[in-house]
Amino acid sequence: MSWSAELAEALGRENVITDPARLRTYECDGLTGYRVQPAMVVLPRSAEQVAAAVRVCAGHGVPFVARGAGTGLSGGALPVADGIVISLQRLRRVVEVDPVNLRAVVEPGVTNLDISKAAAPYGLYYAPDPSSQQVCTIGGNVAENSGGAHCLKYGFTVNHVLAAEVVLADGTVTTLGGDSAQVPGYDLLGAFIGSEGTLGIVTKVTVRLLAKPAAVRTMVADFATVAGAGDAVTGIIAAGIVPAAVEMLDNLAIQAVAASTESVYTPDTVAALVVELDGPPDDVAEQFDEVQEICRQHGSTKIMLARDADHRALIWKGRKAAFAAVGRISPNYFVQDGVVPRGRLAEVLGRIAAMADDAGVRVANVFHAGDGNLHPLVLYSEAEGQHDRAERLSTQIAELCVELGGSLSGEHGIGADKACSMPRMFGEDDLATMLRLRTAFDPDGLCNPGKVFPTPRLCGERPGPYRPHPLEEAGVIERL
Amino acid sequence: MVLTPGGSGSFDAHHPPRRELLDDCVHCGFCLPSCPTYAVDGEEMDSPRGRIYLMDLAERGEIPLDRTIAGHIDSCLGCLACVTACPSGVQYDLLLEATRPQLERHVPRTRRERLVRRAIFAVFPYPARMRAAALFGVLYRRLGLRALAHRLGIVARLPAELRAAEDLLPPVPVRSLFRRPAPLVPAAGERRLRVAMLEGCAQRVLFGDVNAATARVLAAEGCEVVVPQGQRCCGALNLHAGLEDDAAARARRLIDTFEQAEADVVVVNVAGCGSSMKEYDRLLADDPAYADRAARFAASVRDVNELLAELEPRAPRHPVQAKVAYHDACHLANAQRIRTQPRDLLRAVPGIEVTDIPEADICCGSAGIYNLVQPATAEELGRRKAANIESAAPDVIATANAGCLLQVRRFLTADIPLVHPIEILDASIRGVPLEKARR
Ligand SMILES: Cc1cc2nc3c(=O)[nH]c(=O)nc-3n(C[C@H](O)[C@H](O)[C@H](O)COP(=O)(O)OP(=O)(O)OC[C@H]3O[C@@H](n4cnc5c(N)ncnc54)[C@H](O)[C@@H]3O)c2cc1C
Ligand code: SF4
Ligand code: SF4
Repeated sequence: MSWSAELAEALGRENVITDPARLRTYECDGLTGYRVQPAMVVLPRSAEQVAAAVRVCAGHGVPFVARGAGTGLSGGALPVADGIVISLQRLRRVVEVDPVNLRAVVEPGVTNLDISKAAAPYGLYYAPDPSSQQVCTIGGNVAENSGGAHCLKYGFTVNHVLAAEVVLADGTVTTLGGDSAQVPGYDLLGAFIGSEGTLGIVTKVTVRLLAKPAAVRTMVADFATVAGAGDAVTGIIAAGIVPAAVEMLDNLAIQAVAASTESVYTPDTVAALVVELDGPPDDVAEQFDEVQEICRQHGSTKIMLARDADHRALIWKGRKAAFAAVGRISPNYFVQDGVVPRGRLAEVLGRIAAMADDAGVRVANVFHAGDGNLHPLVLYSEAEGQHDRAERLSTQIAELCVELGGSLSGEHGIGADKACSMPRMFGEDDLATMLRLRTAFDPDGLCNPGKVFPTPRLCGERPGPYRPHPLEEAGVIERL
Repeated sequence: MVLTPGGSGSFDAHHPPRRELLDDCVHCGFCLPSCPTYAVDGEEMDSPRGRIYLMDLAERGEIPLDRTIAGHIDSCLGCLACVTACPSGVQYDLLLEATRPQLERHVPRTRRERLVRRAIFAVFPYPARMRAAALFGVLYRRLGLRALAHRLGIVARLPAELRAAEDLLPPVPVRSLFRRPAPLVPAAGERRLRVAMLEGCAQRVLFGDVNAATARVLAAEGCEVVVPQGQRCCGALNLHAGLEDDAAARARRLIDTFEQAEADVVVVNVAGCGSSMKEYDRLLADDPAYADRAARFAASVRDVNELLAELEPRAPRHPVQAKVAYHDACHLANAQRIRTQPRDLLRAVPGIEVTDIPEADICCGSAGIYNLVQPATAEELGRRKAANIESAAPDVIATANAGCLLQVRRFLTADIPLVHPIEILDASIRGVPLEKARR
């Protein structure tokens, strides 16, 4: 029997897609510059069906790519032409919320936000909060080791996953990690998190839940200069305060937010900092005053305090929608993802502005200022022929981050997008070692091939606007 | 490449989905969780992002207009939750409205689809036929025919579409089938506005009480209420089904009728009707004889909740003790962006507590004729909505759309009264218990 017939039989006809037009809707993720139509898409209804599908693939040497919500920004879920896509969108059950042991067990297709919703009745929540949290799946988060605004204080996905049930490349099902905080032996779970779907498919995740902090205070501080805002961030951290989040938006980003949602930001401010503190009420109150004082010292022109939970939600809604909202103020844009040492924020932002002026395109900034993770958005118009200029600028910004002692962070992953840059960041030995780990899990290279590691086929032709950035030898990377 | 002369890709030249609107989608997926069809089966093609992708491919001529794409556009409820959710401002409502008529023109429907649609469009827009159908429904229940038909297994053998219709019939008293509001209800006290009220088709037959309550409340708040006589269907069902020409013809006739009333405002208490009447300007933009009139008309349309929220309350409210679950009708919340007004109006009644429903932004599956033409998905959504509402343990459920009232009632397992919010206001203003006010 052909592999496609075997898959249809193993999963049921209603759970496989073979029609070309339908398949095309799976050809890309959040990074639309790369598109490949898969040979088949399967939508298993259980972990057993995932394993069954992988077993068929293993038996016939068919490559497979896991797909969550398809919000990835590095082409991680880009299909393989002669392979299948395994969508986890039908595994969306919250299996268990255990308020006593502070954990939840969920299927991989559950969204990040739905975990917090399920935990809310117990006063608990799931801490990592990517801006895409309402839609991205926990499976995708594990694969990308996703972070978010509150990772400054609470850490990334890897700090909040206790165990994962995974289907390995040969179709065997195993559990990595365990109930207790410390599991003896190699930290295979740690290796799996952030592996971008190249080591296997997650079919169940046990996550850590946190008690909602007793007090949360949020403010938006306006600044007349971007440098002032950058210095204020440095000032806050230097004062020994660990905010739950420090986010920055510049004026262009604020305009985008205003065009998209009920915006609470001052429309004409040059820059705004969102600072959130949480913890015991007394500590929060004291530090909140201190932060306001620091902002004023650095020239803040106006400070708005969140009045209540609804008001705070509006502040965050604006911040989290900012990325996609840029579509409202510009026909096309590149998302860059770089890290600079926090102390040099003001400097790098000044230089980006100057470079943008030179190039004659606009750059919007909205980013995790607390950990120096920049997301410059280079706005341009394809129709007006600005594509190449914008792309060059985007690359220069990446190089600038590296030059200032930072890195091309992997918050958005390597995926297909940056795979070709890997040799520039890592020596041959490093890559060979990584490949040995990968091969230990997936000897035949069937599991999300063509991602993370450079391949001649991928790196020979580079379609789409999000081309990898030629990271010169200086390139240091924080995470994969 | 499939090319139609003068068109864009596979679409013909008559108002294809516009390229710039398609380009607004940045493929971020933020709309996925609020899409009811995606919630049901998790397939990309049945999500807003996937549907836009298919339209985009067709616009480029990379896929033909055939049953595949038609199936995924047919399965869309038109609830517009995706428009509300999209941070990038994608106007899916315009894309959908442009795509549906193209598919109607180019993709032949099966015999069965044609029959079901023809039956629906031959009954719903005509109050007299609707009344006959409802009367049959009442007798069918009353005379025990329903029980008999079920026992004999006749119902089980009906096609799914008919079974859905059979199940949707609400238990209306015969008397209320024939109730019509007076053609003119004078304002109580000094007149603030002259408003012309839409009676609706299914609305006037199945929910005559809601129309009566609407007129009473508006009058109590100082509005003179005219009910233009001879008014016909507003064309909402046609418009949402992609039958553009029929919808435009109905729109012209309704404008003619309502202009005679010389009112300040046109007031509507059915979300689906109100949302399409607010779109008449777009629908008739190409018609030189009507474009201006349609624009004026559309600008004067108000949902009753919207209108009351604009008027400083005048009539005193008496207490109504009830925990109310307010269900957002998609055509009110997403299409007309009216969310806070009905809640605020209810909260202003002493004794009313308004509770939230889990998954509030997911459609109940009613969506115009959707529950009749796509019964399986509609049924799953209806069950899901009813369970979510019941989990909030309300005393009363309020929703401002006839379709939602029918759909939710069909799937409730607990015996919870379902009302239009205006009926609660009416009871409060008149100082009578809710059950009495509805009689
Ligand atoms: C507007 C926007 C804002 C964003 N903001 C952030 C942010 O603040 N922080 C951040 O870190 N990221 C952010 N992202 C990127 C993206 O949301 C994350 O990478 C997310 O974790 C991807 O989840 P997904 O379910 O969409 O996965 P997909 O995009 O479907 O897949 C991503 C990768 O995970 C793999 N994968 C998916 N499911 C599984 C599974 N069950 N088992 C194994 N592998 C799997 C895929 O093969 C692929 O390699 C943003 C994206 C967008 C569009
Ligand atoms: S419609 Fe809007 S929310 Fe949905 S994918 Fe497109 S841009 Fe994102
Ligand atoms: S209108 Fe409703 S059903 Fe249609 S794509 Fe948008 S959210 Fe989904």
